[in-house]
Amino acid sequence: MTTVDAVQRGSTWSGVQRWARRDEVRRAACLVALMVTIAVITGPDGSQNSPYSGLRGSLLSRHAIPFYVLAVILAATSLAGGRWTTAATAPVRALRQRTTGIVIPKPVKLVALALLAVLVLYYPTTLAPFWQTVLVDQMGIYVLLAVGLNVVVGFAGLLDLGYIAFFAIGAYTTAYFTDKLPVHPPFTLNPFFVFPIAVGAALLAGVILGGPTLRLRGDYLAIVTLGFGEIVRITAVNSDAITNGPQGAFGIPHFSAFGYHWTLDSLPYYYLLLVVVALVVFFFRRLDDSRVGRAWAAIREDEVAAAATGIPTLKFKLMAFAIGASTSGFAGVIYASKVGFINPDNFPLLLSILVLTMVIFGGMGSIYGVILGAAVLGWLPNYLRDYVPAQDRFIYFGALLIVMMIFRPQGLLPSRRRSRELRLSELGIGGADGTGPIPGSTQ
Amino acid sequence: MSAAVLEVSDLTLRFGGLTSLDKVSLRHERGEVLAVIGPNGAGKTSLFNCLTGVYTPQEGTVTFHPDGGTDTAVLGRKPFQVNKLGIARTFQNIRLFNALTAVENVKIGIESHQKTGPIGAMLRLPRTRREERASDDEAFRLLEFVGLKARANQVAASLPYGDQRRLEIARALGTKPQLLCLDEPAAGTNPAEKRQLETLIRDISETGVSVLLIEHDMKLVMSVAANVVVLNFGQVIAAGTPQQIQRDPKVVEAYLGGGESDDAATTPPAKKVPPRKTSLKKPED
Amino acid sequence: MCFTQSFWQLTISGLALGSVYALIALGYTLVYGVLQLINFAHSEVFMLGGFGGLFLVRGLGIDNPSGVTSVLLVGGGMLAGALLGAATAFTLERVAYRPLRRRGAPRLAFLISAIGASFFLLNLAGKEFGRFNNPMPPLYTSGKVFSVFGAQVTTNQLVVAASALVMLIALDRIIAKTRLGMGIRSVAQDAEAASLMGVDIDKVITRTFVLGGLLGGAAGFLFGIQFGVQYNMGFSAGTKAFTAAVLGGIGNVRGAVMGGLVLGVAENLGVACVSSAWRDVIAFLILVLVLMLRPTGLLGERLGRSA
Repeated sequence: MTTVDAVQRGSTWSGVQRWARRDEVRRAACLVALMVTIAVITGPDGSQNSPYSGLRGSLLSRHAIPFYVLAVILAATSLAGGRWTTAATAPVRALRQRTTGIVIPKPVKLVALALLAVLVLYYPTTLAPFWQTVLVDQMGIYVLLAVGLNVVVGFAGLLDLGYIAFFAIGAYTTAYFTDKLPVHPPFTLNPFFVFPIAVGAALLAGVILGGPTLRLRGDYLAIVTLGFGEIVRITAVNSDAITNGPQGAFGIPHFSAFGYHWTLDSLPYYYLLLVVVALVVFFFRRLDDSRVGRAWAAIREDEVAAAATGIPTLKFKLMAFAIGASTSGFAGVIYASKVGFINPDNFPLLLSILVLTMVIFGGMGSIYGVILGAAVLGWLPNYLRDYVPAQDRFIYFGALLIVMMIFRPQGLLPSRRRSRELRLSELGIGGADGTGPIPGSTQ
Repeated sequence: MSAAVLEVSDLTLRFGGLTSLDKVSLRHERGEVLAVIGPNGAGKTSLFNCLTGVYTPQEGTVTFHPDGGTDTAVLGRKPFQVNKLGIARTFQNIRLFNALTAVENVKIGIESHQKTGPIGAMLRLPRTRREERASDDEAFRLLEFVGLKARANQVAASLPYGDQRRLEIARALGTKPQLLCLDEPAAGTNPAEKRQLETLIRDISETGVSVLLIEHDMKLVMSVAANVVVLNFGQVIAAGTPQQIQRDPKVVEAYLGGGESDDAATTPPAKKVPPRKTSLKKPED
Repeated sequence: MCFTQSFWQLTISGLALGSVYALIALGYTLVYGVLQLINFAHSEVFMLGGFGGLFLVRGLGIDNPSGVTSVLLVGGGMLAGALLGAATAFTLERVAYRPLRRRGAPRLAFLISAIGASFFLLNLAGKEFGRFNNPMPPLYTSGKVFSVFGAQVTTNQLVVAASALVMLIALDRIIAKTRLGMGIRSVAQDAEAASLMGVDIDKVITRTFVLGGLLGGAAGFLFGIQFGVQYNMGFSAGTKAFTAAVLGGIGNVRGAVMGGLVLGVAENLGVACVSSAWRDVIAFLILVLVLMLRPTGLLGERLGRSA
C-alpha cells in the first residue's frame, strides 16, 4: 500500500494519525529530524547576545541546503517502503554473508601481525612532530586509560564515572615526589621511580572509595564515583597550601632512568607507552582468562547466583576497581612527566566520560576493541581539527554514546562473551550487568 | 544413630506482621536425602533462603556440623560465606551464567574455593597453573558425573532445560559441598528429565553429600528421600519416612484443606510451573 | 557554631534554594519510580527549561515590570521553561530510552545512553547559547518583603518558594487523584502486573518523563531568576537534586520534596561553616553518607533481604 492510498482512505484527522503511525513514515520523520540535528551541530556557533544566531545560521542559510536535500532523499527512500535501501545495501549483506565463518589461516595472521608491528614501530618516526605529540598525549595515554577502565566497566560491569580522579592522583603524586608542590616530600625522585608509589596511591584511593560504595547498585555507584571525581578536583582547586590550587604544578621533570633521558621529543614517550600498553594487555588478557576473570563474568551476569556459588562478590568488585584505579594512576605519572605541568583543569569530569566513550565505542570487555576505540577517538578530533571546533567534540561524543547504545552496544570489535551476554539479555535471559531488566522492556 | 549434618531449631522469620516461619525445627542426618514439602506459601523457600544466608530470621539457630570440623552457626553469614562452609544451593528458577559455556559455569564453582589472586593470574605463577589444571580436570569430571560431558563447550543458555538443571547442580557440586540444597529441581522438567534427575540425586547421595530437597513432585520425593518434613503455614506439621508421611492425616488435611482442589493426598498439587527461560522479570527467590 | 549569627537568614535562603532542588528531584524520583533508573540527563532538562524561560522573558523585553505584568512575566517564564523542559524530556525518552527498552537492553546501556544524551545537550546548548552566564532580566522590583526572626525574606525567595510550592502541591494531587497518577503508581509497584491489568506502560512512561520535564523546566527558570542561566548549570544542580531524591527515599514523591528542602538548608549552613568553595562537595558528602548508611536509599528495596 502506498502512502497516497492511506491518505485517501481516511482524509480525516484519524486517517492522518494512522498514516503517521506507520513504520516507514516514522522512520522518514526520524531521518528528517536527524538531518536537521546534524545541520545544527555542524552549523555556526550562537552567541550570548543573540542566541538564535547559531540556529538561524544552521537552518536558514546555505549551510543547511545539503542536509535538507539529504533529508528529502532519505525520507523518500524510507517512504518507498525500504525497497531502495534494501537494494542499496544488498552488496554489503552479500559480502558479510560470504565472509562470516571464514577462518583466517595462521600464516596470513602472522603476516598481518608482522605488518602491524612494522606499522606501530616504524610509522610514527615518519610523522610530523604535531602528530607524534597527538600519538602520545591524545592517543597513547588514553589507550592506557581505556584499557584500565575496561577492567572496571567491561570485565566487572561496574560503571565508574570518577575514573579520571585516579589519573589526577597519579599526576599529583608525581608532582609531589619531584618537589613541585608547596608541600615538600621527604626525598625527591625522578618521575620514572614514582611509578610504584603513584600506583600504590591510586590503588589505595580506589580501595578507600570502592570499599564502602561497591555494595551499591550500579546506578548509585555511577553517581557516587562521579561525586568522588568532582571532590578530588575541587579539593585540588581549593587546597592552595598543598596542591598550589588552580595554578597547579609546573616544571615536572622528564623521565630519566637507566642512563636514558626522555626529553621534549614525543617519540621516546611513544615507545615507552607502547611497552607499557603491551605489558598491560599481556597481563590483562591472562587476568580475563583466569579464575579472577571468570568470577567477574559471573558477578556481571548474575550477582546473586555468583554469591551463592561462593564468590565473595564485594572482594572481586573491589579488585577490579583497584586494578582500574592503579592503571589510571600509572597513566597519570606518564602524563605529568610528558607534559610537565598539571593543574585541576586537566582532570575534569569530561575526561572520565571521554574514556568511557572510548571503551564503549571500541567494545567493552574486548581489550583490542578498547585500544582501537581509544586510538580512533583520540586521533579523529585532531584529524578534523580544522573542520570541527574543539569544544564541539563533546557534542559528537555524546551523540556517539547514544548511537552506539541503540545500534551497536557491543562496540566496534566486540568481545565474544560480551556480545553473547547482550544478545541474551535482549532475549530476556540474564541481565548482562547483574542488575536486572528495565520495566516496560519488551521481548 | 548417625550424626546430623544440619540442625535447625526454633527458626522464626517474620516480614512485618506476617510470620513466614514459625518455630521450625528439623534435623538432617549426614548422608541422607531429606525432603521438605508443603503446599504453596508454606514457607519452604523462606526456609531455604534462611539456610543459605539470603534472609536473616529473627529467632532460632541453624547449626552446621561439617565432617571433621567444628560446629558452626549458619545464620548471620552472607551467601558466599555459607557456601564456603560447605552448603551449596541451586535456584528454583535456574540461575546459570548464561553467556558462559557449561564448563566455565562449573569452573566458576570450583574456583570460588581456590586462592589465585590477580597478581598470580597475571604472572601465571606455578600455583595458578596447578589450580587451573585442577579446575579443568574437576570440571570435566563433574560434567561427566551429571552427564553433560559432551556439551562442555556449549553456551549455558543454549542447553535444553533439563540439562540446565543438571548443569546448575554440577556448578553447586563444584564448590565441594557437604550439604547440597536443591530448590524444586524437578519443576518444569519432563518425565524423562525427571527420571534422570532421580538417578542423579541418588548418585550424589552415594558420594556422601547430604541432599536437602525442596520439591513438589511427590513421586520424586517418595522415591529418593529417606526422610520428609512437611511444612504448612510456616510450621512443621509432620516429619518421618515417606511411608509415615503418606499416611499422616494432618498432611492429608493440609493438602486438601489448604484451598487446593487436588483429588488425592498422595499427589499434592503441582505448583504452577515456573516460566521456563524467558521470564520478563528476573526470577525472585 | 559558625552560623549562629545568620542562622535564620541562611535557613530562609536555603529553603528557597531547596524548593528548586525539590522540583528537580521530583523528576528523578518519578522516572526512578517507573523505570528504576537514574535519568542522568534530567539535569539538562532543567538547564534547557532555564533557557526557555530566559528567552521568553528576554524576547518580551518589558522594562521595569511591576504588578500584574510581573506576575504574568513570572508565570509566562515558568510556563515556557516547563514546556521546553517537557519537550526535552519527551524527546529524551523517545531517543535515548525507548529504543533500548524495546530491545530489553541491560541497565548499563541505559545509563550510558543517558550520559551520552546529557553530554550532547549540555555541549550543544553551550555551542548555541554561548558559554557564559546569562542573568535574568528584572521581572519585578526585588527587595525585602518582611522579616522572620530578624532575617529578611526577599521578593526573589518568596516568588521562588511560592511557585515551587504551588507546583509541588499540584503534583502531589496528580499522583494521588488522577488516572495518570494511578498509572504511575501501578507501574512503579509492579510493571508486569500493571501491563497485564491493561495499563499502557509505554504511555505511562512517556507521561512520567513529560511530568518530570514540566517540573524540571520550571525549576530551571526559577533557578535562573536567582542565579542566572548557564549552559552547564545542570550538572551541580542536578546532582544535588538527585542527592535530595535519595535523601528522601528515591521513588517517594513527598520524600523528594523533604529531601530538597533539607539539602538546600544543609548546603547553606555548611557553606557558612566552611567556605563557598566547598559548596558542591557538601552535597556529595551528604549523598555518600546517606548511601553508606542506607545502601538502597532511605526506603530500602525489598523487605527482609540482606543482600
